[in-house]
Amino acid sequence: MKLELRFFASLREALGVSQEGIEVPESVKTISDLRLHLIGRGNPWAEVLADGQVLRCALNHHMVDASALLKEGAEVAFFPPVTGG
Amino acid sequence: MFNSYIRIQEGDFDLSSEIAALRKGDPRVGAVVSFLGTVRDMNDGSQVKGMTLEHYPEMTEKALQEILDQAKARWDIFQTLVIHRVGQLLPEDQIVLVAVSSAHRGEAFSACEFIMDYLKTAAPFWKKEDTPEGARWVDARVTDETAIARWEQK
Repeated sequence: MKLELRFFASLREALGVSQEGIEVPESVKTISDLRLHLIGRGNPWAEVLADGQVLRCALNHHMVDASALLKEGAEVAFFPPVTGG
Repeated sequence: MFNSYIRIQEGDFDLSSEIAALRKGDPRVGAVVSFLGTVRDMNDGSQVKGMTLEHYPEMTEKALQEILDQAKARWDIFQTLVIHRVGQLLPEDQIVLVAVSSAHRGEAFSACEFIMDYLKTAAPFWKKEDTPEGARWVDARVTDETAIARWEQK
């Protein structure tokens, strides 16, 4: 499955990436699976996406929780809790 | 008739003219409530010299529209407006304006507070502060989450 990844704010800086197209294996079905898949790349991914880090995620521009199902061609964004206003 | 207006911009805005435009030509309006957020020069014990606001352009308007639609479903309101600035800001600068019109004040007060509370937790904006100790990303506040909880209970 092909996905477009986006990273914002402190995550973008820590990873040094703002956007990336990737192809993930079939076993990666949910946001949670994707996070683990990226952690598997080693640092800085493992550290930035580690279980204890409080992250938010959007799937095709809607906030979702870790159990949300990925879809072919989806845009998946990871970012810290928002601080606007 | 319900209209919602959303603008994300680097430039400043004028409160009076925005509110005048919001209620213009709508004689049903008897109340307009607005919230104006501005940049403070102190946060978490550090002096703030300025800040940079980042957002997720493709998502921001959608997230705000969902919040305005929820407010409309919940209260009898006429027009809603959200202006949020991005980019470089200095202490005392205006950051955000939320305005709501309705026939009576109660609905407008509640809707304005609801929109602001959800903007704080669901709209993809991030602040990075420039302090004497260096630049730092602002942490989300627990109180912002508790502000949401009270709307969910009602």
